[in-house]
Amino acid sequence: MSDESSTLRVGLVYPELLGTYGDRGNAIVLVQRARWRGIPAELVEVAADEPIPSSLDVYLLGGGEDDPQHLAAANLRASRGALEQALGGGAVMLAVCAGFQLVGHRYVLGDGSVLEGVGLLDLETRASPDRLIGEVVVEPESPLPLLTGFENHSGRTTLGPGLAPLGRVVVGGGNGDGHGVDGARHGRIVGTYLHGPVLARNPALADYLLSLAVGEAAVTSLDATLEERLRAERLHASAARGARRWLQERLLARG
Amino acid sequence: MTGRGAGATISGRVINAVAPGALAELARGRHTALVSATNGKTTTTRFLAAAVATNGRAVTTNSTGANLTSGIAPTLARDPDADTAILEVDERVVPRVVDPLDAELLVLGNLSRDQLDRYGEVHLLGDAWRRVSETHPDLAVVANASDPHVVWAAAPAQVTWVTLGLGWRSDAATCPSCGALLTWDDDRFACPACGFAQPETVNRLEADTLVLGDERVPLRLALPGRWNLANAALAVTAAHTHFDVPAAVAADAVGAVTTVAGRYMHVPLGDGRHARVLLAKNPAGWSEVLHYLAGIDTAVVIAVNARVADGKDPSWLWDVPYELLRGHPTAAAGERRLDVAVRLRYAEVDHLVEADPLAAARALPGDTIHLVASYTQFSALYRRFGDADQ
Repeated sequence: MSDESSTLRVGLVYPELLGTYGDRGNAIVLVQRARWRGIPAELVEVAADEPIPSSLDVYLLGGGEDDPQHLAAANLRASRGALEQALGGGAVMLAVCAGFQLVGHRYVLGDGSVLEGVGLLDLETRASPDRLIGEVVVEPESPLPLLTGFENHSGRTTLGPGLAPLGRVVVGGGNGDGHGVDGARHGRIVGTYLHGPVLARNPALADYLLSLAVGEAAVTSLDATLEERLRAERLHASAARGARRWLQERLLARG
Repeated sequence: MTGRGAGATISGRVINAVAPGALAELARGRHTALVSATNGKTTTTRFLAAAVATNGRAVTTNSTGANLTSGIAPTLARDPDADTAILEVDERVVPRVVDPLDAELLVLGNLSRDQLDRYGEVHLLGDAWRRVSETHPDLAVVANASDPHVVWAAAPAQVTWVTLGLGWRSDAATCPSCGALLTWDDDRFACPACGFAQPETVNRLEADTLVLGDERVPLRLALPGRWNLANAALAVTAAHTHFDVPAAVAADAVGAVTTVAGRYMHVPLGDGRHARVLLAKNPAGWSEVLHYLAGIDTAVVIAVNARVADGKDPSWLWDVPYELLRGHPTAAAGERRLDVAVRLRYAEVDHLVEADPLAAARALPGDTIHLVASYTQFSALYRRFGDADQ
């Protein structure tokens, strides 16, 4: 957390442009999970006509429609210096869907025009005529458990050679470029196509981001009964749509 | 669920189920008005039909909200002698039926995010509507001046504007014309880049009074909420300006409507108490309903499914300020009750979790429980209880 204050400042970047799919929920989840542990936290909305401050602890970028995404891209590029400074100073970023595309180098649209991203991650996205819509299950690197979410996008994202995905896609499309992976993970930046919102459906991912921001020791255990029931239900629903065999094999393999 | 029964032709596959020629045949010789919006189109249609019927016209209308061509055709076929048709039309269907139905009036309320997995982006709907106006510059339109998407869509036609206010602005951040950030000043929008702006009009909703030209028309509704005042203002404006119904007469007819295709019906709980059923299916609708519920002393059941007709992604629950329900006895119900329950947990709203919405209502205190249902939850209750208290 920033030195001048002991309050965790969770930034919701351009909610009016990048907030189409309940993305505010990711901010609500982080703020509440911090507060429930006695960590003071506040939700800071960064309006699209303001420069992004470098003083936030967490930066959340969400999904958006085409026109707003263009405007968001231009404004993000203008605030690139502040974002780099914040990330260099230990800030954490979660970029979802349109936000994930914009932290890459560029987004090549259906008509061949190029939307320049902010270039924080080595990835690029191309529009496809086929939209990926539906439930997604992603198997991330340990120690994170299976992640569940809902995707709705036409982007096909290719990661640069040194960039790790968030995880392997078990059900759904994810990055959709034929490598069977979703998202990206690099230092303190996590990108994904999962809505839900992803942190509401996957409290372990929320706590992973919190531990990056405030240190592992402060992220004590919370009652997760309700969230685990939701996660189990969503995994079951996804399994019913084709992955049941895979999940069973995994469970058998783990003994 | 197949979507058969009251109210429903819900699959996108059946949008084109009726050939344009057949619709044209059924609509020939009638005065036809089409009503569309993301929220309020069924109620506005009902209001307008009630108002227009006061001047002795024989009116046919799709009163159960069957708003695709497969619902419109039977409505017309059933009533061959009705010389006036007041038809609710799904947002996506509007461009396909204006010509076959030879519509003489469009009534356009609002556009906001709804079922993004199948409707797609909001501005695409606005653009599709605008092409209708551009190709029909003589078409009469009555439209909400406060919604940038609606203004963009209607402007090329012959528009009577009415300023209704816009509670939900999250889908109206950028200019529909040029993509720049809109500015909102004192409830009026403008684009600093291209000059696109809210149209000036004297017609406006002021609390519960409709100012229509030099008349002030009180709206006294049996239906709750600010959103129904906006629906009523739109309907009275259309009835007055297009069908020559005196505004006060139209307002009286609108005020007498007590339920609309199951919306606001009272369902018995079997223990002497009732659940009052409201439909809310997207963040804009929910936000209006919540501000209403937050102001009254009531227990609330939130019943949510995520089937095709609901939209399969309930992420929108997080766009809704459920924090407003703190202090209200609350239950999460429906097939996606766990998504609702997790949302309520983070909103710090105490709640119980129960699949069946009526069982959930029975478990809550109070004589009347408000049961707010997503589309397929609502349809199931409507099929079961009909307009029970009409």
